[in-house]
Parts: sequence; C-alpha cells; structure tokens
Amino acid sequence: MSIQAEVELLRRVPLFANIDTSRLKLLAFTSERLSFDAGAVLFREGDRGDSAYLILNGKLDVVVNSPKGEVVVAHLGANNIVGEMALLCEMPRTATLVAIEPLDTLKIKKDQFLQMLRDIPQMPLEIMRELAVRLNNVNKELSAAHAKLRAAGLE
Amino acid sequence: MATHQSLYSYIWRHSRRDQLVIVAIALAAQPFYFLTLTLPKLIVNGPIQGKGFDTPDATQNFLHIWLPTLDGGGWTLFDGFALERIPFLFALSFAFLALVGFNGFLKFLINTMKGRLGERLLRRLRYDLVDRVLRFPPSHLRKTKQAEIASMVKDEVEPLGGFSGDAIVWPVFLAGQALTALIFIFTQNFWLGLVTFTVVLGQAIVIPRLRKPILQLGKMRQLQARELAGRVGEIVDGGADIRVHGTSNWERAEIVRRLGKIFDIRFEIYQRKYFVKSLNNFIAQVTPFVFYAGGGYLAITGALDLGQLLAVIVAYKDLPGPIKELIDWDLQRQDVEIKFNQVMDQFHPDGMVTPAMQAPGPRRPLKEQIELKNITAIDDAGFTLLDDVDLSLPLSQAIAVVGAAGSGKEALGLLFARQVALKAGTMTAGEHDLLTLPEAVTGRSFGYAGPDAYFFPVDLRENLLYGLRVSARDGSTTDRRTRETLRAGNPGYDADADWLDYDALGTKDPKAIADRIVDTLTMVGLEADVYNLGLQSRLDPKSNSEAATRIVEARLALHERLSAPDVAHLVERFDPTVYNRNASLAENILFGASTDAMLQPANLPQLAHFKRVVAEEGLEQHLIAMGRSIAETMLELFRDFPADHPFFDEFSFIPASELPLYEQVMKRAKTDGLTYADRAQLSVLPLRYVEARHRLDLITPQIRERILAARRTFAETLPDALKPRISFYEEKAYNTAASLLDNILLGRVSYGVAQAQERVSSLIREVLDQLDVRDLIIEAGLAYNVGAAGKRLTTMQRQKLGLARALIKEPDVLIVNGALANLDDQQKSDVVDRVLAHRKGRATLWVLTKEDLGSRFDRILHFDHGRLVDDRLLQGVREAAQ
Repeated sequence: MSIQAEVELLRRVPLFANIDTSRLKLLAFTSERLSFDAGAVLFREGDRGDSAYLILNGKLDVVVNSPKGEVVVAHLGANNIVGEMALLCEMPRTATLVAIEPLDTLKIKKDQFLQMLRDIPQMPLEIMRELAVRLNNVNKELSAAHAKLRAAGLE
Repeated sequence: MATHQSLYSYIWRHSRRDQLVIVAIALAAQPFYFLTLTLPKLIVNGPIQGKGFDTPDATQNFLHIWLPTLDGGGWTLFDGFALERIPFLFALSFAFLALVGFNGFLKFLINTMKGRLGERLLRRLRYDLVDRVLRFPPSHLRKTKQAEIASMVKDEVEPLGGFSGDAIVWPVFLAGQALTALIFIFTQNFWLGLVTFTVVLGQAIVIPRLRKPILQLGKMRQLQARELAGRVGEIVDGGADIRVHGTSNWERAEIVRRLGKIFDIRFEIYQRKYFVKSLNNFIAQVTPFVFYAGGGYLAITGALDLGQLLAVIVAYKDLPGPIKELIDWDLQRQDVEIKFNQVMDQFHPDGMVTPAMQAPGPRRPLKEQIELKNITAIDDAGFTLLDDVDLSLPLSQAIAVVGAAGSGKEALGLLFARQVALKAGTMTAGEHDLLTLPEAVTGRSFGYAGPDAYFFPVDLRENLLYGLRVSARDGSTTDRRTRETLRAGNPGYDADADWLDYDALGTKDPKAIADRIVDTLTMVGLEADVYNLGLQSRLDPKSNSEAATRIVEARLALHERLSAPDVAHLVERFDPTVYNRNASLAENILFGASTDAMLQPANLPQLAHFKRVVAEEGLEQHLIAMGRSIAETMLELFRDFPADHPFFDEFSFIPASELPLYEQVMKRAKTDGLTYADRAQLSVLPLRYVEARHRLDLITPQIRERILAARRTFAETLPDALKPRISFYEEKAYNTAASLLDNILLGRVSYGVAQAQERVSSLIREVLDQLDVRDLIIEAGLAYNVGAAGKRLTTMQRQKLGLARALIKEPDVLIVNGALANLDDQQKSDVVDRVLAHRKGRATLWVLTKEDLGSRFDRILHFDHGRLVDDRLLQGVREAAQ
C-alpha cells in the first residue's frame, strides 16, 4: 500500500478527520508501516510504551489480566488508535493487544507523536475531544455499574 | 627520589670493551694516516722531481723500514727493494693507493663499531627505562603522564646513541691533535707558544661559560617539549569531554601559550648560540693577529728567525680545528648529560618493585589458607583505608564483602592486586608471604577483576587470554637475534614464541580451548555480544576458505528454512532477476558489496562507470521523473518546518538547507526549463529510495525492468580496475566484501513486518546451531579489535571481559572488586550465580556493590570505616560444618 492509500485510510479516522491532507501525508511518511500475523502480540500489559498504533486493516483483541485470568475487554478494528495513553502519560501498557487476524498498522513513535501534537494545532484539540468522549463513555458505564451493584444490594 | 649513576659511568660500565677497542684501532690507524700525508711529498720530491735519481740507472730502496735511534741515525730493520725511477714512481703511487684504501677501511670499521656500540647502548637504555616503568610503584604510575614517558623513551634518549660512540675516542683523538700542534709551537718559540696557549685556555674557559645558559635553556626546552607531548596526549584522551564542554578553544589557547614559550626559548637559544659562535671565531682570529704583529716585529728586529715564525703560523693553522671541535664535543657532552640526568630522574621513583619480584618462575599453587593479620592500609593522601584487619580466608569459600562505598571493602580487593600501600600487617598463606611473593606466582594464583580493567588494542581473544602469558619463553641462544639481544643487555625473551600457559588452561587442544573460551564468555554474559560482533565482521576467504564454504552452506540452509510460508515474508532475498523492494534503488543497481568508499551506494553518482550505465540504459529521464516526484512530496511535507526540526535528519530526502534550492528547481521543472545542474540534482534523489520503506509507489513495472537491465549492464561492463573492488551478490558464492551476517542473509529483512528483525535473528541462530557454524561466528567475533584501551567496547562489555580474563586463568583465588558495576541487577545476579557454580570449592572473594546478592555466598564480611565489623558464615555452610 502506498502513502497515498494510507492517507485515504487516515482520513477515515475520526481523530484525523479535520486535518490537512499534507499533514496526514506527513504522518504516514514519518511512521512505520507494520503488519502482524494473526496471533501476534503488539505489546503486553506492563511493557514500557514507546509507540501508538493506528489500525489500518484487520482486528485485534484488548486483553487485561484480572484475578480470574486473562479477560478480553474489547475488539478493535480499522481506524482505531491504540496505545496512545502510554505516550501521553508515561505509564506502562494497561492491556495486552493481540491480533486476531492479519493486521495492518501504522506505528507512530512517541517522539513523532509528541512532535505532531506540537506542530499541528488541531491535533491536541482532536485528541482532547476523543479523550473526553471516552471519559464520558467510562462515566456512563461506571454509573451503570454502580446502579447494578446498588440494585444487587452490594453497596 | 633514588639516585642514579652518571652518564659516563653508564657508558663506561656497559661499553668499555668496545670503547677501548675503538681507541686502539684509532691509535693504530694514525701511523698509516701519517704515511698517507707524507707519501705525496715523497712522490713529488723523489721520482717526479728526480731527487736521489741523479743518474739514469740510480735506484732507491722501496719499503725501507728503519727505527730512529737516539743519536739521530736509523737502525735498519728491512733494506727494501732497489727500484729505478719509473718503477719507483709506480711503486710509491700504488702504495699511496693501497694506503688510501686501507685508511678508508679503518675509518669504515671505526664508524661501524661506533654505530653499533651507540645503538646497543641506546637499546639497553630504552629497555632499562621501560623495565623501570614496569616496576613503578602504583602510586607513581597514577601520577605519571604516559605521553611524557613515551616521549622520553622514544625521543629524549635518542642523542645518547650517537654520542656514546664518540664519548671516549673523539676527545682522546682531538686532544692528541691539539696537543701535538701546541707542543710544536712551543718548541719553535716559547713566547709564541705561551701566547697561543693563553688564547686557547681563554677560549676553553670563556666559551663553555657563555654556553652554560644555552644548556640551561636547552633543558627548559626539553621540559617544555615533553610537557607539550603530555598535553597533546591529554587532548586525545579527553577529546570527548572537551567537546561535551565546548572547551576546545581553551585547549587551543593553552597549546598556543605553550608553543609561544617554546618559541621564545628556542629563539633565545639561537641568539646566544650565534653570539658565542662569532665570539669563538673572533678569538681564533686574534691569535694570528698576535703572530703577525708581535711575531712580525720580533722577526724584523731579528729576535726571531723568519723560518720559525712561518713554521709557527703553519702549525697554528692545525690548532683551531681540533680545539673548536673539542669545544663542540664538550657542548654535546653536556647536552646529552643533562638529557640523560633529566630522563633518569623521572625513572627513579622511590618504592620501585625489585627485579626479583618480576623474575620468571614456576607455577606454585597456594595450598594453605590465607591469613591477614593487623592489616592497616593507607591511600596516597594518607587516609586510612583498612584499619587493623584480621582475617582467615580458606581456599574453598565463596566470600562476599559488603559495606558502604569507602568502607574498606574496595581496599580489601585492591590489597590482593597490590594496589594499596600497607602501613602495617602481614598477609601469608602457609609459609608464603603474599606481599613478597614474585608476581609470576601471584599472577597465576590470584585472578583480579576491578571496575576499570585496561585492555590492549589487540583482538578480543588476545585480551581474554592476556593473563595466561606469565611463563617466560626464552629465545634460542644460537639465534643471531637472541645473541644480539643479550649483548645489548636485554633479556632473551622471545615474543614470537607461544607464551600461552597451557598448564593453567589444562589442555593444548585448540577445540577444547575454544570451548573453554565460549564457556567463560557465557559465564560472564559476553557470549551474545561476541556472537553479534562476529556476525558484523568480515572474513578473509583466502585465509579461511573452509569457513567461507560453511557460511554459504548456512545461507542455503537459512533460505531453505525461509521458504516456509509462515516466515517467507520476513526476508527478501537478493535475486539477480528480481528488484529488491527492501533495498535502495542504488543498491539494486550495484547489487554487490564493496569495502571501497567510492563503490558505496551513496557515492555512486560520482562514479563514472555508473553515469555511463545510467546514460546507456536510458535511465536518466526516469530518475529525473522519480526525483521530481520525491522533491514534490518533500516540499509538500517539510516546507513549513523550521530548519532545525528533527524530522529533516530522520525522514527528509532533502536537507533543510537545500529545500529552497529544490523549490527553485521545481519551479523551473514546471516551466520546462531544467538546467543540466537541475537534472543532476533531481536524479540523485531516488538513489536512496527504498520502496518498501518510503512507500511512494515510484517503482513501476517499467522502471523495475530498466533497473534490472542497468544492474546487468553495470556488472557486465565493469572496468577491470573496479573488478577486484566489488563482490556481486551470488547465491552460491561467499561475498568477500560483506559481513558474515549479510553473507548468511544474502537479502534484506523486510520493512513493515512486526518483529521481523528479532524473528530473523532467532532463525539464523537456529540454523547456525544446527549446522554447528556458531563456533565460527564466535571465532570471528573474538578477532574483533577492541581499540585503544578497549574503547571500541561498551563499558559493560569491558567489565565483563575483565572478569572473563581473570576467570579463564582458573586462579586459586578469584577477586572481583566492583567489576560488574555497570550491569543491571538481573545480569549481575545471573553472572554471580554462574561464576559461583563454576568455582564451587575454590576461593572467591567478591566485593559487592549491593548487599542483596550476599545470600548466594558461603560467608559475608561486613566492612565499616576500614574495619571488619561482621564476619558470618551462612546457613548452608554452618550446617555442613556441623
């Protein structure tokens, strides 16, 4: 796949929806195109994070270690960014990512990602918006869970 | 500072026999020299002018030998042959020729002997100096600048070699000449003799005095030059720190100041030297003035015979020469003497190790436990390092030494390396006093690894086995070289012999030694590093064709393995008929490896042959088109970035400084006005382009065909001059210019496949292990040159190598003194475990940086403020003891 095709894919990512074509091209050009076989691990929970991945094609499982063993908490597919939290917060990976079918990604290195945040004014805004959406979702789930617990008489 | 002998006693002691022989030959040569001078007179007066040949058949006696007798007559020893005039002329002429030849031969003989004597003495002196460096006490070594020592041994003693040949014979000779002339003048006229003598005496007193400051200046010059050498050495050693601090200009200023000082000194020397020279000449000319004025007056007034005056003037002509040379010689003597004393002072510190301590000796394993009693040690500044320590160390225990930094634990380790000065106490093992045991014994019995081991700029293997060169190997005394060595007072060791101590290794079998090396490397965690260095290294297939064959076999096996579908996408092989998407365009045309700078892919545009191929294959327009596309993309992507943006270095095909230039080029391209230079600018851009990495979709099928054609043409039409410099990729041939790794891979690891590098590495390891080629790679890695002071290794690798070097000797006692400081905790604990397992039942003394590894040992010593505060056996050992 060429840079041009990658740019088309990037355009479909909500985070990049409003960003100039030339900036997307730059993102594609400066990041590494990386493919994973089915079953390959992108990174493991607890690893030090040095890059984020943009899924171009294929699907992966987000796996978290719990007292009951490994639990798949999400399936993610094309147009999702994964692993960016570790880049923003300097913390270890919070989950393990496993490709469940052949996976095509763009690997965005930490320095590059932060550089882009500085260079492209829209990007921090987009990221904030995205994170706010996620936080909102988590809040909703949390209150739903609270409600369930309360209904079960556990709180 | 200990005193040393003077220059003359050094020369006399080590060369008196040769000196006396030279003086004897020189004296014996004098009569013949005299004859050479008198023969011309005899030839002219006798046969040519006819004196003594008054009648045609008159004869003269040739080779008439007689001794003068007291009554002025002669006592004939041999009558000689009676010869007529013409035969007599030829006889005398040939005698003259023979004498000239004989004199020349004697001169040659004397000069050769002088030269040999000088070189021997210089060799002896240089050896003595280095021998002393090897015996310097540790405290003096710490203060010594290596460049200064080197400049003394190399340059400053050099004049001594030339001088020592003339040290005795030359003054004897010159003084004889001068004395003869002077006596002759005295016999002619006492007063004129006295005048001459006074002037000569004055010269001999005044000139050396005037020269004294010059000698002092010479001494200063020598010191300054030596310090300059030291400073230059510092600049080299401290190069990295100078750059880090940006202080290169301070260093420049410092050097400039020193050079200025040296200039001033040298210039002053010139001024004084030439003043003395003119004065000397003037005094020499004053004497004839006295002769002409005074002697002339005496002659006119009749007090002096005119013939006598002329004889005096003629005799005086012979006097200034020898006197002047005698004074010059004396100047040289003083100069050399000062240099000699200066150098010797530096090489006579107090507390030198005695030669007996370093004498070669047999292996004497320690048998009894080591006892330390009342050990008190101080450092250079006089601070107490160890305070009254008593300790017994059985030869079977693994002992950890712990404590805070500076608690004395490091000093305990250094004590075994003899690097601390003892103030009191004894250190024994049975009847052996460990403090006076020769180094040949301690070097084998103790293996010491400190935090900053020094390595020699040879390969890894040599460095690893360095500690096994303890037993001296002597050269054969029938060998000419050895005999000469001994004559110059050097020891007859033979550096070309095999010095390895196979007893310590326990085997002579190369395969077993190789295994031992690998085991030791594995123990300290260095095996993987050596393996990787080996993969990166090149092999000379001419000297090692079997290895080359095995590497090619490994390649074929790897390619076979890579044909499996699950791994096929990891590597793109170099196939002569296929464009390699994971290699750059230039590499695709070159399709080979070279160690030559001009045949590197980046330098291809300058290569005439490459330009010709591009033109012939009609590739230029394609390259320009691709260049335009790349330039367009780069301008689009990077136009708005500031010039110092990190993206330029990392990603851009065009450096920031050239971006405006390409902007202009692209403008002209749109209006179809590309200049010749523009075309060149554009056509170089795609050469670095790697399709799989940069993903600009530039390599269309059409271009691919063109490039493959260019690849063929490049190889087929390669000029003969370039042929030996490039080695093309061939599936079944070893590539001489490529590294072992590239040879095994013969392809490129694919871009864009997750963990491809790691997976390929492990596949290679797998294949090499299967084919048993791994030892070959290790062998190649061991041939890696570690650079000056081991600087081509990382600090971690140096520390591991230092430990390995001590381990492979299998010493009775292994002392590890902070030798793994730079390893992380996991590595450290792995190495400790492996080493302790290997040395089970033998003594190991390990000074730990952190206490937590202590539990792996038999016993823990705890130091605090130089005192041993706690000494306890650990559980397992206590139980076993009960």
